[in-house]
Amino acid sequence: MPDVTFTVDGKTLTAPAGTLLIDACRKAGIEIPAFCYYPGLSLQAACRMCLVRQEKVPKLQTACTTTVAEGQVFVTESPEIAQARKATIQLLLGNHPLDCPVCDAGGECELQDMTFKYGAGESLYVEAKQHREEQQWSPAVFYDRPRCILCYRCIRMCGEGMDVWALGIQNRGTHSVIAPNDGDRLDCEQCGMCIDVCPVGALTSGSYRYKTRPWEMNHVSTICTHCADGCKVTLGVRQIDGDAVIIRSDNRDKSGINNDFLCAKGRFGFDFVESAERLTKPLVRNAAGALEPATWDHALRFAARRLKEIRDSKGGAAIGVIGSNRTTNEENYLLQKLARTVLGTNNIDHQRSTDYAAFVRALAGHTGKTVSLRAIASAPAILLVGGNPTEEHPLLAWHLRTNVRLNHARLYIANTRPVKLERQAKLTQEIPAGGYKDLAAFLEAGQSDFSKAILAEESLVIIFGEEFRGETVDSLVTWGIKRNNVRFAYLGDHANARGAADMGLFPDLLPGYVPVSAPGDFAEYAGLPAAPGKSMTQMFEAAGQGELGALLVVGANPISWLGANPADLKNTFVVVQDLFLTETAALADVVFPAASLYEKSGTVTNTYGDVQMVRKAADRAGVKPDFEILVRLAGAMGVDVSTLVPFGSSATAGMRGMTADLGQSRGAQAGEADRHSVWLEANGLEPKLSPFDPLAVLDEIERLVPGYTLDRLNLFAGNDGTTEPGSSPGFVPVAALTGTEHIVPAHDTLFTSGTLGRYCAGLNELDKHQATELARTAAD
Amino acid sequence: MPKLVSHPDEVKIVTRRFGQGAANIGKYIELGGYEAVKKCIAQGPEWIINEMKASNLRGRGGAGFSTGMKWSFVPKQSAKPKYVLVNGDESEPGTCKDHLIFLHDPHSVIEGTIIAGLAIGAKTGFIYLRGEYRYLLEIVEKAVADAYERGFLGKNIFGSGNDFDIITQSGAGAYEVGEESALMESLEGKRGVPRIKPPFPAVVGLYGGPTIINNAETIATVPHVIAMGAEAYSAVGTPRNGGTRLFGVSGHVERPGIYELPMGYNLKKMIYDVAGGVRGGRKLKAVVPGGSSTPVLLPDEIETLGMDFDQVGKAGSMLGSGGVVVIDDQTCIVEFALRTISFYQHESCGWCIPCREGTDWLKKSLTRFHAGFGAASDIDNIQYLAENMLGRTFCPLGDAAAMPTIAFVKKFRKEFEDHLNGKPCPFAKHVELTVV
Amino acid sequence: MSGETMSIFSPRLAARFDALVKKYPVKRSALVPMLLYAQDEVGYLSDAVIAEVAERIGITELDVRNVATYYSMLRFKPAGRYNIQVCTNISCMLRGAYPLLERFQEELGIGHKGVTSDGVFSLEEVECIGACCWAPAIQVNYDFHDDLTPDHVPGILKTYRSKAEGAEGTAAHA
Ligand SMILES: Cc1cc2nc3c(=O)[nH]c(=O)nc-3n(C[C@H](O)[C@H](O)[C@H](O)COP(=O)(O)O)c2cc1C
Ligand code: SF4
Ligand code: FES
Repeated sequence: MPDVTFTVDGKTLTAPAGTLLIDACRKAGIEIPAFCYYPGLSLQAACRMCLVRQEKVPKLQTACTTTVAEGQVFVTESPEIAQARKATIQLLLGNHPLDCPVCDAGGECELQDMTFKYGAGESLYVEAKQHREEQQWSPAVFYDRPRCILCYRCIRMCGEGMDVWALGIQNRGTHSVIAPNDGDRLDCEQCGMCIDVCPVGALTSGSYRYKTRPWEMNHVSTICTHCADGCKVTLGVRQIDGDAVIIRSDNRDKSGINNDFLCAKGRFGFDFVESAERLTKPLVRNAAGALEPATWDHALRFAARRLKEIRDSKGGAAIGVIGSNRTTNEENYLLQKLARTVLGTNNIDHQRSTDYAAFVRALAGHTGKTVSLRAIASAPAILLVGGNPTEEHPLLAWHLRTNVRLNHARLYIANTRPVKLERQAKLTQEIPAGGYKDLAAFLEAGQSDFSKAILAEESLVIIFGEEFRGETVDSLVTWGIKRNNVRFAYLGDHANARGAADMGLFPDLLPGYVPVSAPGDFAEYAGLPAAPGKSMTQMFEAAGQGELGALLVVGANPISWLGANPADLKNTFVVVQDLFLTETAALADVVFPAASLYEKSGTVTNTYGDVQMVRKAADRAGVKPDFEILVRLAGAMGVDVSTLVPFGSSATAGMRGMTADLGQSRGAQAGEADRHSVWLEANGLEPKLSPFDPLAVLDEIERLVPGYTLDRLNLFAGNDGTTEPGSSPGFVPVAALTGTEHIVPAHDTLFTSGTLGRYCAGLNELDKHQATELARTAAD
Repeated sequence: MPKLVSHPDEVKIVTRRFGQGAANIGKYIELGGYEAVKKCIAQGPEWIINEMKASNLRGRGGAGFSTGMKWSFVPKQSAKPKYVLVNGDESEPGTCKDHLIFLHDPHSVIEGTIIAGLAIGAKTGFIYLRGEYRYLLEIVEKAVADAYERGFLGKNIFGSGNDFDIITQSGAGAYEVGEESALMESLEGKRGVPRIKPPFPAVVGLYGGPTIINNAETIATVPHVIAMGAEAYSAVGTPRNGGTRLFGVSGHVERPGIYELPMGYNLKKMIYDVAGGVRGGRKLKAVVPGGSSTPVLLPDEIETLGMDFDQVGKAGSMLGSGGVVVIDDQTCIVEFALRTISFYQHESCGWCIPCREGTDWLKKSLTRFHAGFGAASDIDNIQYLAENMLGRTFCPLGDAAAMPTIAFVKKFRKEFEDHLNGKPCPFAKHVELTVV
Repeated sequence: MSGETMSIFSPRLAARFDALVKKYPVKRSALVPMLLYAQDEVGYLSDAVIAEVAERIGITELDVRNVATYYSMLRFKPAGRYNIQVCTNISCMLRGAYPLLERFQEELGIGHKGVTSDGVFSLEEVECIGACCWAPAIQVNYDFHDDLTPDHVPGILKTYRSKAEGAEGTAAHA
């Protein structure tokens, strides 16, 4: 649309013709109040708060529906307009319970803000208010009709935004109520988006209601620990008995790659942090064979001594290391470095949920072929093959729906089974079981409407699921690269699965998918074993044969994941770092209570390669971040930890660190502290340093790991940056690869999240609620 | 069966066939029916629209917009089908004229619909009747079926090469559905909530196609305009207000009923002469000139008032739907205001805040006030409330509630004051309202 | 929907609905009349009615309820066989609608939205029914009675009561 020029409050503004006046004004810093308007959702013009005067038009106009045209003149603030808005608020307050002192929304309520602004303080009306009992629709959602101002945001968000359509409006006039789809119960995805968009306290969250006041919390932006999409969440944290406790998780800060979105897991799946089952003391197996609490000092020294003994007696090849899909990049990097340079082994792996290595191999030698989630959100044409985003990648599903709805993106879906996103698809193609390997040939042939449409697209994003592994990945990616206009995204599970792969938790690959056999820059690793190590399965096989002396497991539960035989480990010294006494931890000789992703700082990489900063929100007495545990373990083994973590100017030459600690010890302000250290250094001052600062290894990651060139200040400001596997400084082809048999996708639902999810009481409750709903509908 | 009345001053155009069994298609034809449509087929769309413009026929639904103008807004070319929509939702209190048309002359509505369709190039017309008019719907449905049987509807109507279908539809109780875009929503099987305008129905209407929507009386008038010629028709009324109107005189008069009188007919004469004067020889207190949403007029305001859109507008009220409600001096205006506002509270669709909350508070305040528990400040508050609804709601229903309220308070402030301080209503009290 | 066998409606009504969904350019347009006609037969919009209508139109039950609860003639509880609707809006009020309503209440012993214990009558105060010039007016189901005084009440009730007795034993009213 061509730009037009118009006048608002005497200022000349320019915007594309047809822009909504409210948007144009907001962009220019002219705030227009609105209850019902919500960007991206259908227009309502129902609340009448956005009334403005347009020259030559007799009545006040709604800014939310007025589109700008050349030469128009508007006034948005005047006594007449202020009076109209004030009267509307007075009317609303007439029937409003005014229970702000106990309302969850108090302090973050748009009605309160407007009342304050337009001064509708005095009450003109003495009539009895309509009272209705509050309703609980699900474990997640409560509805309080008296507080509801009927802006219909929730209905539109649920229907248009989520494509769930679980909310409706019933009755009419002043008797109107928002109604859930199953009588007085809500049968839906329980995403809580309705709560999020509610401008008042009519919809409240089961996990937050009546817990605290917003101003009593610190609000920390971090990244969700659950799926691999990496939504930004705002954790509301309050000091309780010396612990910093997470009271709420929501999407208050809407600047993340998730824009407006957050799913049930992001919103309600934080309570594992406070679970009664949480480990808060190290455990050491005693002479009687039972795990018993121990001091950190004792547990560390004991574990270090045994690991050292085993390394020194049996060699590094007798030690195995298993990393996590939820720990940070820094932790994963440190873990593999510790494995390779301290324990002297390449026996390192993680729970692979998808075949990132094959993806990188297929991309070898090409750049610009991967796509960030933000780019997916606005891509004009997308082919989704395999996967089930609605369940397993809720944010991706949101972006696909939104892109189709608002930008008319063309979505093509090829799958062996029906997926819900087909409702947004332009064309769908059923793939026979086992047929993904032939997909490239099918598309290339251009025989069907589906493939013809795909071939006709000027540019295309292909998103594919874990069904693609090894050679099928290769055939699809190779086809796309040949077509020259295709970019890819590959779907995995859990917050940092991609980071685990990128950081080299592979027996044969170093960080950045650099082959162990041709280590390149990693040659600086002292004592790096040259031969590839054992995969996770091979480690368990070795253990079963009595050949694995020790196993260090960080934030993983291979016993459950692999279904391995616990007896295999009976002759292995097992050290586990975890939040809970999982099936694997229960077999350990030493268990270290670890901090969760919400209790530490660092970076994570989502499945699209977007790197984001996690910030410490909660603090739990007794636990330590995996990073610190690993550094302390290495220290206890007698290692000069500055060879592992390049901190301070005393660090090994060429690995000079520049960042300060502050990250762990100053909690929420980690990024802040790091920026501070940048400033200190710029001014020739020595930053304060600590080996426990995970960001201290970020320099090394950037220096050594291909593709990880980060815009630091942007990252620390809380923005996502994108990485490309192996793109820089020139692609290092993946040579030897362990096969695809180790890949076990998590297939989490909307309410499950691997082992961690079991400890989320809120999610379990939602799961149960939805199971009952399913049973009820089936019974009908 | 509603009683038919008549008066020598009446000019019977639309009511010409009333009481003569014209619901029967044979009788309708015998009385000259379906001739106008044939004339239109011969003359073509442009001619029809020009005739309508020249006739000065203004919409009988309430707003009084020029029918010919409205039809001319429909784009000639359209990717989507065009529609004609007949608004028979008649729910404005004081209004029952369409009732008689459907009862006595349903074919005039059918014929008018076909003509409108020819004018804009639509192939389908809808006739929407309020749900309470079930017996009338059956009459209309029979008439439609008869018209199909004669080939007046369906394929190749009157052998003209044009196809035209009529689909009837029933509402289920909702005044707001009378608003044109809410009617379209209702017809599409949705809640009767109005749409954002623009786009206007003539461009994007029913099922997204260009649509003209007219009141049933407007449509029933169309064949007569065509038959007698625009010039003759417009000559009957006043300038810019062509023809006659079906005035429904109700309330405290000796001979309530529907009278067809020329536009501009004097209101005082209508009450005292045509309708036989105030019942029981009582004094006139006030008149609601055009359905419950039009501001009330005092006796001295009607002396020389001609009943057309412009004159009533100038007098500070509206001609509206032509429902003249006569109020005698034994009536409590506070109670009348309360009953009026209760209706709007009941019928507000609830979409927008000022109307939804405003009507509710007006009803509550007036209920308390009428019960004798009012405070002096309430009178100002009621007026403040109504004035702050006016012009700020999503659709005109909010205005329809606000305008009469403001007039009641302004013109009868004394009577409001008489209710203060626990004083009982000076008039016989009626039972409490229960409609919810 | 294929089966009359599956329908909760009478074969006649089911057939009418089969036709109704085909009558409009869009299936959903049949919704409001369908609900009204279903109510005429079943007496009110039961959960089963809503479920079948939703299925016939191809929308969710929530969607049907959103629409159904908007319209004041539609109800979710049974009314009497004869639902007496007394208009008390302005024109009727001026001509004695309230005394008329009171008389009905006295004769029937029920109030607004009440149902007599024998289920024959229910009473409702309603908004304008479009009979203003023949006020005061009432509707008994869909039949209009106009120009009434309280003295007409016993006669009206008698007529319908004897109709009810005559129809005793037959299926739901229409
Ligand atoms: C709240 C409201 C209710 C209305 N009810 C009716 C009605 O019952 N019948 C009607 O013909 N017009 C009604 N109208 C007017 C219609 O919106 C529309 O203007 C009219 O049907 C157009 O027809 P006309 O141009 O022939 O008057 C109503 C308008 C509003 C705002
Ligand atoms: S003014 Fe607003 S609430 Fe009232 S009927 Fe119109 S849209 Fe509905
Ligand atoms: S006011 Fe009673 S029928 Fe119109």
